[in-house]
Amino acid sequence: MENFGYLLDGFQVALTLHNVLFMLLGVLLGIVVGVLPGLGGPNGVAILLPLTFSMDPTSAIILLTSIYWGALFGGAITAVLFNIPGEPWSVATTFDGYPMAQQGRAGEALTAAFTASFVGAIAGVVLITFLAPLVAKFALRFGPAEFFAVFFLTFCSFIGMGKENKAKIIVSLALGFILAGVGIDTISGDMRMTFGVTELMSGIDFLVVVIGMFGISEILMTLEEGMSFKGKKAKIDLMVVLRTWAELPRYFVTFVRSCIAGIWLGISPGGAVAASFMGYGLAKRFSSRGERFGTGEMEGVVAPETAAHAAGTTALLPMLALGIPGSATAAVLLGGLMIWGLQPGPLLFVEQKEFVWGLIASMYLGNIVGLVVVLSTVPLFAAIMRIPFALIAPVILMMCAIGAYTVANASFDIWLMLVFGVVGYVFKKLDYPLAPMVLALVLGDRAEDAFRQALIGSAGDLSVFWDNGLVTSLMAISLALLLWGPIADGLSLLRTRRPAAAE
Amino acid sequence: MRLEWPMSSLDPYETEPGLSRRAVECVVAALLGILAVAVLWDSYERGAGWSNGPQSGFFPARMAWILLAAAVVVFVQGLRAESRVVVTWAQLKQVFSVLLPLTVYVFAIGYLGIYVASAFFLAGFMIAFGSFRWWAILAASVLIPLVTFWVFEMQFEVPLPKGPLEAMLGF
Repeated sequence: MENFGYLLDGFQVALTLHNVLFMLLGVLLGIVVGVLPGLGGPNGVAILLPLTFSMDPTSAIILLTSIYWGALFGGAITAVLFNIPGEPWSVATTFDGYPMAQQGRAGEALTAAFTASFVGAIAGVVLITFLAPLVAKFALRFGPAEFFAVFFLTFCSFIGMGKENKAKIIVSLALGFILAGVGIDTISGDMRMTFGVTELMSGIDFLVVVIGMFGISEILMTLEEGMSFKGKKAKIDLMVVLRTWAELPRYFVTFVRSCIAGIWLGISPGGAVAASFMGYGLAKRFSSRGERFGTGEMEGVVAPETAAHAAGTTALLPMLALGIPGSATAAVLLGGLMIWGLQPGPLLFVEQKEFVWGLIASMYLGNIVGLVVVLSTVPLFAAIMRIPFALIAPVILMMCAIGAYTVANASFDIWLMLVFGVVGYVFKKLDYPLAPMVLALVLGDRAEDAFRQALIGSAGDLSVFWDNGLVTSLMAISLALLLWGPIADGLSLLRTRRPAAAE
Repeated sequence: MRLEWPMSSLDPYETEPGLSRRAVECVVAALLGILAVAVLWDSYERGAGWSNGPQSGFFPARMAWILLAAAVVVFVQGLRAESRVVVTWAQLKQVFSVLLPLTVYVFAIGYLGIYVASAFFLAGFMIAFGSFRWWAILAASVLIPLVTFWVFEMQFEVPLPKGPLEAMLGF
């Protein structure tokens, strides 16, 4: 139970007035980020990250994770009131959330969505509390070969589990790795892939790429559809909240099911988007009211929101314990750790106890703060959506430019942001997944270092990747995940063919 | 399982003219292939083999080979793709009507500084796409850069690009 003691210490860190104020500020900013199209979790965190460079790391990460919670909550507001998913993971929320709003039950839909988010997030945090220290302790035995194997596992599971076109996932990953390699090579001192451009010597910062790919491209996508939003009105008072809460225990099984789906997809990098669809799909299939889904069932709001938040939260587990993020936003937060001078990975739990447990405690508190704030301020944020987009869009673009510039005080980065904005737009139109690229970009250097160190240690003998039980099993799981897609396809083909043959 | 999204009941990609998906897929795959070749050239130039450990081009070269292979697959898939419209001309026009001013804005940041450039950008955007009264445009395009200046330069002490106007005022 020593961890429990650390957690209590963590609460003492997180509960200082200073940090609670940061939580409040973060949640509010996060909701704005979640509500506005064109600003999302990864992008919002990326823009604000440079402002935290000089802050104390614990406060900085509390601020940034709170933005993440706020963005997770905020996505539901536009989904229910405007039928516009503010974030990709709230697409499934629109299926039943918007019909409820049309029937004048917007307040109930929002209360259900927020409460479900809260439950999902807390389930994820509880898991992190108990599992992360164990995983980290286990990972302390890892050498470079094992670490490379874990990186390899992450990338393989992206390819194997991803729903997108496999070739496009591979393109996205390889491109991320190549971009990560641009600039001076840390081991040999060679100049790599700069093609004579001096500005590229210091490398391509992933924050600039994130701001371009998630921010600029999102604005371009939104503008395709024109510039007006029409929304429903929502009134949330204490009565509505209490009435909804009284109804929610009925969906206990849905909560549990969605939590499990979300946690599973959060640890494997399936992400919140896949989780929300899986949560919705499972509830539709197994619920007794499943047939009425899509017509304004509260259960259809609860299921995806719970799963999305459980996934969004557990995505932070591998980031904390192994230094491997499970989502794009977690990747940005991980980049933050490195900038604040903390080395992500299992040693964090040994060397930076106060930071880690302060962060975990702040996850509990941040979500409580988030729930209270979001329930009490819905009308305010719904009003943001009524500000004309012709004013919102240039302000967001300006924020993106400022965010890109402040990463390294370089004007060249603003140009890079623009280029990646266009790349992101094209990639989105053609269904290239963006998250693997960001992940590879953040992890690229470390994966490469682990690979090279392992090979240097073994004098170039590739057998270092299967010379002990641990690394062999990691590699075996990776390959299994990599090939899971084709195997599963083959199995389902067999299964569908057999009944057909029997006819 | 297919989930219906009630918003897109009328699919504009089947009724309106625009860029064909097949063409865009192939062009993008070809560009990726060219990039992969460029990286391969750069890596082998420096050495992508082995001398007392992997050389600096070792890892990028392997990634570039993977990228090249995947790009070829995407290209072939693109050739076989159904001829659907990926973006309609009307949508593309909307996108460019933002992308071009944005490029000018980024260009202007280098000369005017971010605050003055933003003021013009905000005003231009509001005039072109909104239906605001003149005082609203004036207020927004003056106040927003001013507030930004206050937050970044005064509160966070993060210097942003400045131009002749700020120099004249002594910042």
